[in-house]
Amino acid sequence: MHFLLCSLGILVISGLLAVCSSRSFKAANVIGALGATTACALGLMAFFPAVNTGPSSLNIPWAIPFGSFSLSLDALGSVFLVPILVLCALSALYGFEYLKHYYGKKNIGSVWCFYNILAASMIAVVLARNAMLFLLAWELMSVSSFFLVVFEGEKKEVARAGLIYLIATHIGTLFLLVMFILLGRESGSFDFADWNTISSDFIPSAVFLCMVIGFGTKAGFMPMHIWLPEAHPAAPSHVSAVMSGVMIKTGIYGIVRILTFLGVPLAWWGYLLIVIGITSGVLGVLFALAQHDLKRLLAYSSIENIGIIALGIGLGILGMSFNNPALTVIGFTGGLLHVINHAFFKGLLFLGAGAVLHETGTREIDALGGLLKKMPITGFCFLIGSAAICGLPPLNGFISEFLIYFASFKGVFASLPVTIMSLGAIVSLALIGSLAVACFTKAFGIIFLGKPRSAHCEKAREPNILMRGPMLVLAGLCVLIGLLVPFVIGIFKQAVFDITQMPFNVIDASLTGTVSSLSYIVITALLFYFILLSLFIARRGLLRKREIRQVVTWDCGYARPEARMQYTASSFAQPIVDFFKGILRTRKSVHKINEYFPKDFSYQTKTTDLFRETVFKPVVNVVYRLAEELTFIQHGKLQIYILYILATLIVLFIWKF
Amino acid sequence: MIMKIAQFILILMVSPFLFGVINRTKAFFAGRKGAPLFQLYYDIAKLLRKSAVYSASTTWVFIAGPIVSLSAIIVASLIIPFAGCSSIISFEGDLVLFFYLLGLARFFTCLAALDTGSSFEGMGASREVQFAVFAEPALFMNLAALAQLTGKSSLTEIFSSSQIHYWASYGPLLFLALFALFIVFLAENSRIPVDDPNTHLELTMVHEVMVLDHGGVDFAYILYGAAIKFWILGSLLTGIIFKGSSYGWGVDTIIFILLMVLLAVVVGVVESTMSRLRLLKVPHYLLVALSLSLIAFIISLR
Repeated sequence: MHFLLCSLGILVISGLLAVCSSRSFKAANVIGALGATTACALGLMAFFPAVNTGPSSLNIPWAIPFGSFSLSLDALGSVFLVPILVLCALSALYGFEYLKHYYGKKNIGSVWCFYNILAASMIAVVLARNAMLFLLAWELMSVSSFFLVVFEGEKKEVARAGLIYLIATHIGTLFLLVMFILLGRESGSFDFADWNTISSDFIPSAVFLCMVIGFGTKAGFMPMHIWLPEAHPAAPSHVSAVMSGVMIKTGIYGIVRILTFLGVPLAWWGYLLIVIGITSGVLGVLFALAQHDLKRLLAYSSIENIGIIALGIGLGILGMSFNNPALTVIGFTGGLLHVINHAFFKGLLFLGAGAVLHETGTREIDALGGLLKKMPITGFCFLIGSAAICGLPPLNGFISEFLIYFASFKGVFASLPVTIMSLGAIVSLALIGSLAVACFTKAFGIIFLGKPRSAHCEKAREPNILMRGPMLVLAGLCVLIGLLVPFVIGIFKQAVFDITQMPFNVIDASLTGTVSSLSYIVITALLFYFILLSLFIARRGLLRKREIRQVVTWDCGYARPEARMQYTASSFAQPIVDFFKGILRTRKSVHKINEYFPKDFSYQTKTTDLFRETVFKPVVNVVYRLAEELTFIQHGKLQIYILYILATLIVLFIWKF
Repeated sequence: MIMKIAQFILILMVSPFLFGVINRTKAFFAGRKGAPLFQLYYDIAKLLRKSAVYSASTTWVFIAGPIVSLSAIIVASLIIPFAGCSSIISFEGDLVLFFYLLGLARFFTCLAALDTGSSFEGMGASREVQFAVFAEPALFMNLAALAQLTGKSSLTEIFSSSQIHYWASYGPLLFLALFALFIVFLAENSRIPVDDPNTHLELTMVHEVMVLDHGGVDFAYILYGAAIKFWILGSLLTGIIFKGSSYGWGVDTIIFILLMVLLAVVVGVVESTMSRLRLLKVPHYLLVALSLSLIAFIISLR
């Protein structure tokens, strides 16, 4: 705990120092980045039992009504805290280099101030054991990330994205407020420690619904996700990495944490989460596939992965309510492991996207191409991240998806409702997996392979070591987790215990089979690497002393092949996008060729969000119309406003008498 | 264990032979004499002796494509059971790993295709990933039905369990599962009616066009990988039909190989008697497999 407290302190102090020294761009940049990195590195010390000997919780009375400054670190919190610390540290290093581009244009000090406060508030959210403290940290997290999103607020679409984010996150907080009041009223206290007894049978369901909406908005559950594809692309890339990699996971943390206070869950909670998981997963990756903007694509893919996590947790809840220990343990373990895995590969992909943006100045996939030759290391890391996010073996993404598959196969053999839900999970995971392959072969293939499609790519070169290093570390983590999982899976035992309170020997028994399967997967992975190496050596041996020629790509004998003739991202995705046009509603604007010697031709597609167009836009329009009706009470005359206040006071007086 | 390794080596040795059988069958229908049964062995041997030609726009991904694909397919062949015997690697849930290894092979084949910057190959890759979107859910639905029937989630255990060979009581389910698997099998191996391995127009190819720029050793790897993939996916079909007999390993092996040859003949007959579907119809074709698998699953619930 001492380490984490120090870390919180350093983050806040360095953030404030950075904003104070914003006159010198360099000083602000150094102070901010150094503060964030050291603080997070120090925080990680708390997870080495040899060093961390202090108490694991802290409780100080607090002047705020109903509040107490109680913090505590348990295994469940650690699962979320470790990726937060790792990703914040690496993104801070990366951000130091990334922000140099903005020297003289932007206030670097304030960026670091908000970044460090964001990191500190995420740590505090995970540690908080009091509703007031939790909400305070939660608000701080939302507001600081809002200011980071509007970093380039002079651009119209960025300002708009920020506004949508601010509204969405506060609607979410509203539901959290209701949820905490319900919980607090029930037990008469706002300390988490007092929340273990809820007698009423209606309250837990109400709390569950509130938290799915409230936390789900932050996590990006469909259809509460609409802020996510707007806000994530708008933020600077290292902030996008943190937001997408770990900040949205605090929503998942909230759900799992509050779940521990609700007793044995009802079956429909599990159904609801699984249905949300399937919708978010399938639609998320489908919309990702249809995007042209790299960072928007990654943002939608985050929704997909949140869906996969929701599937895991939904299966776990279902297991709890049907008293199926194997389903419970493996479902929760898969979901929690995917939280960590997604933090690493999505962080990696956003950093890679940032490097591409930094070097070429564009996020438009169709304007890029052939970058692997100019940015070999960035490209390699992006490839690892892409393979991992598709859930391909032998990387980490496969392990967590495998666990969720594994839980679903356990569920298939259970009673009928569980069987149907599990089948849904299996088939949608298969669909998500194959769509993700389509999405990321498109992203990596079009951006890094082939030939440059526009002049944007000419100046591109490998970024500085401070930007490459974090990407390499994250890529290494993706490979390592894929190989080390059977040895570290034990960490999740305690976390699953924190959620379910099942006896340890039951958890152990359920995990034994899983561990043996995972060990086989690791053996297979090692065999794969071995065969890969031998085939590579064989090819090398065969080609030694033989002539290796370079020619043009086969082009049917065409005389002047050009880079513009290549397949584009839009054409690559077109068959799938067309098939799902009922959902995606991609708008096409085509300038048709009518004359015999056409001068120009244009073809544009744009895929806007389904829920934004069909659900939220009509609602917002109604609200606007009602608001317009009410404008007569607001006309700018001060005297009348004062009259309103007076009238209100009089009404209150009468009411109190 | 020695037997298992012998089986594995047998798969590696015999699988290219099946392509010869298919081509012979097609030649028979066309009234031709046809290429030798061992043609693919000769092709691979010749390609391995060739020097290399690469497009100037390619990178290491182009070279990695065939190597990664072949390794993934070889590793996947370690998981597949042979003639009812246990496979070398067999564990609960191994079917997920099996299909994801094939997914890894697809991922890298597509990337290698995109690396050339050719429109043809981009088109091929785009179609390949599109077909997978429909094929994979069908495969998983199918295997879920078999898992539900047998109560197991490892390929070896599914194919050696008694239910799966008890046609008298589970006939309809097994037939549906078998038929759906066959549909996906043809698509995954780029055969008619989804793709025509003999087509000569780049615009209409799917798998062939993705490997258009590969040559020499790399192309040998690709051909060999395709042959093994045909074998291991075919083993899922023959696994439903044949469990293994009481006459010992040698007889079982021979029967199993004969069944695989029969499968190749069936594929040859399909290719000779059917034409290719229009590309737009392929998703519908694969959705049929998905629906049949769903029905099989519903039957398995009783």
